[in-house]
Amino acid sequence: MILVWLILIPFVGGLLCWQADQWGDRAPRWIALATMLFVLVISLVLWVTGDFALPGEVTRHWLLEWRTSWIPRFGIEIHLAMDGLSLILVALTGFLGALAVLCSWHEIDHRVGFFHLNLLFILGGVVGVFLALDLFLFFLFWEMMLVPMYFLIALWGHSGSAGQTRIRAATRFFIYTQASGLLMLVAILSLVFVHYANTGELSFSYDTLLDTDVPEALAPWLMLGFFVAFAVKLPVVPFHGWLPDAHAQAPTAGSVDLAGILLKTAAYGILRFALPLFPEESQAFAPVAMTLGLVGIIYGAVLACGQQDIKRLIAYTSISHMGFVLIALYSGSELAIQGAIILMVAHAFSSAGLFILSGQLYERIHTRDMRIMGGLWGRIPVLPGFTLCFVAASLGMPATANFVGEFMVLFGTFPSAPVVVVIASVGLVLAAIYSLLLMQRVHYGPEYRQGALRGPDAREYGMMLVLLVLTVMVGLYPQPILDITAPIAGPAAELFEQAGAELASRAGEVN
Amino acid sequence: MLTLANLVALIPLIVVGATAVIVMLGVAWQRHHGATALVSAVGLVLALACVPVASTALSSPPLMTMDGLALMGSVLVLLCALVTVALSHHYLTGYIGPKEEFYLLLLCAVTGALGLVASDHLATLFISLELLSMPLYGMLAYSFRAERSLEAGIKYLVLSAAATAFLLFGMALIYARTGHLDLAGLATGLANTSDAWTLAGAVLMLVGLGFKLSIVPFHLWTPDVYQGGPAPATIFLATVSKLAVFVLLLRLVTVAPVFNSDWLNTLITLLALITMLGGNLLALFQSNLKRLLGYSSIAHFGYLMVAIVAGGALAVETVGVYLVTYLVTTLAAFGVVTQLSSPFSGEDAAGLHYYRGLFWRRPWLAAVMTVSFLSLAGIPLTAGFIGKFYVLALGVAENRWWLVGGIVAGSAIGLFYYLRVMVTLYLPEPGMRRMDATNDWGNRIGGLTLLVVAVLILVLGVYPSPMIQWVAGLSTAAF
Repeated sequence: MILVWLILIPFVGGLLCWQADQWGDRAPRWIALATMLFVLVISLVLWVTGDFALPGEVTRHWLLEWRTSWIPRFGIEIHLAMDGLSLILVALTGFLGALAVLCSWHEIDHRVGFFHLNLLFILGGVVGVFLALDLFLFFLFWEMMLVPMYFLIALWGHSGSAGQTRIRAATRFFIYTQASGLLMLVAILSLVFVHYANTGELSFSYDTLLDTDVPEALAPWLMLGFFVAFAVKLPVVPFHGWLPDAHAQAPTAGSVDLAGILLKTAAYGILRFALPLFPEESQAFAPVAMTLGLVGIIYGAVLACGQQDIKRLIAYTSISHMGFVLIALYSGSELAIQGAIILMVAHAFSSAGLFILSGQLYERIHTRDMRIMGGLWGRIPVLPGFTLCFVAASLGMPATANFVGEFMVLFGTFPSAPVVVVIASVGLVLAAIYSLLLMQRVHYGPEYRQGALRGPDAREYGMMLVLLVLTVMVGLYPQPILDITAPIAGPAAELFEQAGAELASRAGEVN
Repeated sequence: MLTLANLVALIPLIVVGATAVIVMLGVAWQRHHGATALVSAVGLVLALACVPVASTALSSPPLMTMDGLALMGSVLVLLCALVTVALSHHYLTGYIGPKEEFYLLLLCAVTGALGLVASDHLATLFISLELLSMPLYGMLAYSFRAERSLEAGIKYLVLSAAATAFLLFGMALIYARTGHLDLAGLATGLANTSDAWTLAGAVLMLVGLGFKLSIVPFHLWTPDVYQGGPAPATIFLATVSKLAVFVLLLRLVTVAPVFNSDWLNTLITLLALITMLGGNLLALFQSNLKRLLGYSSIAHFGYLMVAIVAGGALAVETVGVYLVTYLVTTLAAFGVVTQLSSPFSGEDAAGLHYYRGLFWRRPWLAAVMTVSFLSLAGIPLTAGFIGKFYVLALGVAENRWWLVGGIVAGSAIGLFYYLRVMVTLYLPEPGMRRMDATNDWGNRIGGLTLLVVAVLILVLGVYPSPMIQWVAGLSTAAF
């Protein structure tokens, strides 16, 4: 039942925020903050009290599980379950959700209640995605979080250069993700009906569908249906068109959620659904996926170097970082998959930090254009120092979480795909270039304007400090995360290996 | 022969017909708007209450059948008519000129629709269809002093007459080949003969019915009529009329095999594809909400055609579920337009600019609008998603990949304009004068009905099981 509450709390909180609007601007903010902290605390308590022993050989091990029938006509259930991976991501959602509320404390000054309604609905949907095990329910949450995100960008976004662009960016975001989501729905339905044809049982349950014997001609298409939906969200390069605009136009809270959590739902989806449901097809598809990941790494990094808008720059670095995650997920190595999870967490911290910092800069100098920044180091106390730290994290400096993640990804992938790793390492060099470029253009160099600017207040200082401490903590001692994700990464890698062996044996038969 | 037992099956139809007579006599005796609306509503509720009685009838009357499909159609027709009456009352209070005849026309049309969903014979089919269409001309041209309304009425009249001619010609051809007019006879007659003439007859009938459903090559009247007609008349056209005709088309296709020949099946597939894509593409840059909803309804019937193509047991259930979700959604969307245009003052609030910033002055009305547009777009947790889910499931189950692709593409295109309308509701308000709902809209019966419908959209989206069970029960009883 606690899982249901994890999902319901943000929704209830959102409705409260909407109604609390009449008591002034502060009430919705406090309610939203309390709601997200509540979610965070629940997940932390679960983390501390949970038992993450390696699962037995026979049964899948869920830390918590809750199921009840929903639409019996199609065998659809409300089936929620939590394991280490979902737990980390739910905790991350709670944490970044609280940050998102905090960072918009002064930025959002109109329609505060409705803003927080949308914000909390997104987070509720995301928690739902991380917990749902019924494919119908998963799809439902997957689509549902789009609507409030759309409103967040369209209504509270930055007006951009030419009036209407935030609505256009929001619409593009919505259409990209919704259309690809429908492809996933078609794939889910095909899978369900194949299973129905095989066994006469209609079910959307993850456990049931895992063992479905999909005809060989159909399976690659179904796998692609899932992959495209996740690839759009991750984003993988040919499907990334929505990301830079959405990030650039979104309010800070929207960017934090988008980069910190929404992108992670895609990686989670690949790891939880695309790989286990279609191991052989994924194994066969791995070279393509890895190539796409490589393209993403290089493309994102190169384009990041050429950006003038600070938020677009950070957005492109996300594409680059997610390329590493994609490579790791399809490498089929336990080490790399664990690295991908750490990298996801690390990227959530570092990109959230950078987005919040650029939001704070925007509040002070009212621009995101790096051409008219420069020399801020002398004008603002403290903030440039934090920027340096997060930039260092983003380029994968040792002692930050990003380093651990990237290192594990590259190290784990090397045995199976050395060429990919060699090329991906080039991305690290490019990461250094764009990160330092960001630092150089914004904080060093000649001062574009004179005059001291306001330093961070306690709220801003606190947010940055917590993020930084977490980044370094995970960087120095990642073991807790490794411990609780080992039960997920291990079987996933094993599954991949078996599929590879089967493919090889089948190829042998043909020969 | 018509026996007393047969009459039991016809009770809903008789009650509605009797109500029409009572309303007519009442109007002749003394005009009273409120009383007329009330009598009409009571008549419809009574008819609705009689549907369970009718379902217990042991034998169907001649020329008609009271199977599960007919029962489902009757219930939906009556419910939609009831909502239309509730919404009409407030709307018509501002109308200069006789108000009461609107209800008379509406009740006559409902009688036609009830006959249509139950018709088992080409004669009843034709008479019911005309009984449904004729009053609609009057309803669409009701505010005839407004140029657009008159235009809508006449346009619908002329084109509808042409479509009727096609329908009759098709029937004649089929009759000439088989010598039967009842559907069962047609089925057996057509099982043996399948030559060019019967095929031509079937296609001509399809054209006639396709016009009523505004399937794409025959859709040209839709935007103008939707825009011009008074809002309640448009609601009636978009819900009751389309629903009844679609139920009939489904019955024809499932009963008579001529519609199942490969050639015709390909044709319907093609029509469905261009309907769902065409409707959505045409709606893209519409700035008139009523026209936009008109195009959107074209697209939705394109999706629904998948059921006609696919056939099978699941198809009837799909049609039922999709119609229910489409109806609640359309009622809510047009209901908001009606509220904003109430009381009648010449022209309806159809321009999108009237809706700019609606959320900040009428939050509940805008919320209803948002919910209904989310439902039209098929976003989860609304009724529309369940409908879309069913159609996709049917397409996948029957391996109609082209149609599935069409639905995905159509939905993606559709999102663009649905989102455009939705975000308009939340933009900052313009300073200009605008049409607005009256302050007491929420206390009036129309407003309350609207809120109930909106809640229903959400309930059906979150907990669709009871509806699915109801529809599934009736559709298995159908065949």
